[in-house]
Amino acid sequence: MATQTSTETETPRSAPPGPPREPKAEGAVMNVFSHAFLWLWALMVIVPVVWVVITSFKTTREIAADPLGLPAAPQWDNYVSAWTNGNIGSYFINTLQVMVFSITGTMLLGAMAAYVLARYEFFGNRLVYFGFAGGMMFPVFLALFPLFKTLDNVGLLNSYPGLILVYIAYSLPFTVFFLTAFFRTLPTGVAEAAMIDGAGHYRLFFQVMLPMAKPGLIAITIFNIIGQWNQFLLPLVLLSDPEDAVISQGLANLALRQGYEGDPGALFAGTVLAMVPIFIAYVIFQRQIQAGLTAGAIK
Amino acid sequence: MKHGKYPFILSFLALPVGLYAWLVIVPFAQAFQISLTDWSGSSNQFNYIGFENYANLFKDDRLVLPAIRHTAIILVVLPVVTIALGLFFAFMLNIGGRSRQGRIEGVRGSRFHKIVFFFPQVLSVAIIGILWKQVYAPEGFGGLITGALRAVGLPAPANGFLADKRFVLASVIAVLVWSAVGFYLVFFSSAMASIPRDLYEAGIVDGAGRFQTFFKITLPLLWDSVQTAWIYLSIIALDVFVLVYMMTPDRGGPDGASEVVGGVIWKYAFNKGEQAFASALGVVLFFAALSLAVVALRFGRRERIEL
Repeated sequence: MATQTSTETETPRSAPPGPPREPKAEGAVMNVFSHAFLWLWALMVIVPVVWVVITSFKTTREIAADPLGLPAAPQWDNYVSAWTNGNIGSYFINTLQVMVFSITGTMLLGAMAAYVLARYEFFGNRLVYFGFAGGMMFPVFLALFPLFKTLDNVGLLNSYPGLILVYIAYSLPFTVFFLTAFFRTLPTGVAEAAMIDGAGHYRLFFQVMLPMAKPGLIAITIFNIIGQWNQFLLPLVLLSDPEDAVISQGLANLALRQGYEGDPGALFAGTVLAMVPIFIAYVIFQRQIQAGLTAGAIK
Repeated sequence: MKHGKYPFILSFLALPVGLYAWLVIVPFAQAFQISLTDWSGSSNQFNYIGFENYANLFKDDRLVLPAIRHTAIILVVLPVVTIALGLFFAFMLNIGGRSRQGRIEGVRGSRFHKIVFFFPQVLSVAIIGILWKQVYAPEGFGGLITGALRAVGLPAPANGFLADKRFVLASVIAVLVWSAVGFYLVFFSSAMASIPRDLYEAGIVDGAGRFQTFFKITLPLLWDSVQTAWIYLSIIALDVFVLVYMMTPDRGGPDGASEVVGGVIWKYAFNKGEQAFASALGVVLFFAALSLAVVALRFGRRERIEL
């Protein structure tokens, strides 16, 4: 809640009152209409989120009987319950454990493949490129069951290494697609100069090209962090032990349990806890996040 | 430059390509293969039965046909509404202000709006599902909309919006639009930023109003982005499942009123043990996505305007 208001005050309100608007009827009507509509949409985003934060401080009785009211006294118990019974804390740690490796792996393998595909001519280059890019079209649930069997056969089902490898493999299509385009835009002169100075292919990649590709790497890293943090289907199928659940899956389990244990306060407290780190990261990095998430679209 | 090129290429491609082939390509290929069998998924026994599963798909009027119908509705509504709202908001926030001495800029507070509108995009589907399930909940469970309707004295569906056959699909689509609009707002904004300002200024000098500016200048120049957005949104629409899984009764209910293709694949694969049938439906979905993309790229292409 406090954080919510702080974003609002951050908005630039400094626009100096310019000269009066042109007295055009169309302009005036459109202005009122479009401003109203913009604010309506802003409220549609803010109200449900703020409301769930408020609801997370209510007793079960207050939630059911007085959905629009404020809690008589904030129920911090809900948060204690979400953290201890709901295991939100350990879901966080599980997710981090997976993502440290899956993000590193995605970025390393993705950059390697993209670099070679973008800068070297060889037989089969196009085939490999379209093989990766085509992966963006696959509906994930088509592969879920064969994937389940594949991991089961090598004993990686219900394990983090298995999930990490799957995260990497399923993040590669977009990562390779995006980074190939990015590596292509880098100037060739620098690479040639480095080669003349005697740098090998490996040194050229790690010491010259990677640093030059930093903006692209950051954008796609953010994209992958958000994508993997929010991943739900893959862990749902590949990690069956509720103790091992990652955050989205853990929340869904909590939602399911809430159904028969009847502790909605704890569920909403858990939801808020899962939202807080995303919210903080979003407010701090919103420019980079918006750029990163939409980057792939700008060719 | 030639020296050691191939060993290098091989060493860089081996791991990513190997991993990708093992965990993505092969499972997808297996799904195609499974779709031609009668495999249940649990035993090792199966026979090849040709295209029987595919023929049976279109006889299943309890799950598959309603799911195809609902997915088709989402496929039309989600891209149209999201792109229309995204374009409208992007235009207002970037160009619509236009007041201060003829300079082109967004309406006031546009940075704030962009931050707010985009926020749902970073929330996980699990969070969005829990959030909106409660917003739509029936009165007795503290739903926000039902509570608000009661507060102003309007009728609300007795069992909430998600347990009501008339509203459940529309409610799910509304959440999809809600979470997607911010992304396309930012997406179209960055495309609009590349349109030279003098084009607008010339338009204004010639007396173009906001409508004309939008339809005659902005939209034609954004056509490529609209096309890309349409492909993205179509793929999202075809893959809708997790929200339905999280929010609706019986994961597609009530009474099948929100069954979607993804959910039916899930039910056949993991609840009913009819792996082959599920895979056939998945293959159909894959070709639907593929042909949509091809159609969008082929026929959506207009003459490009060089700037």
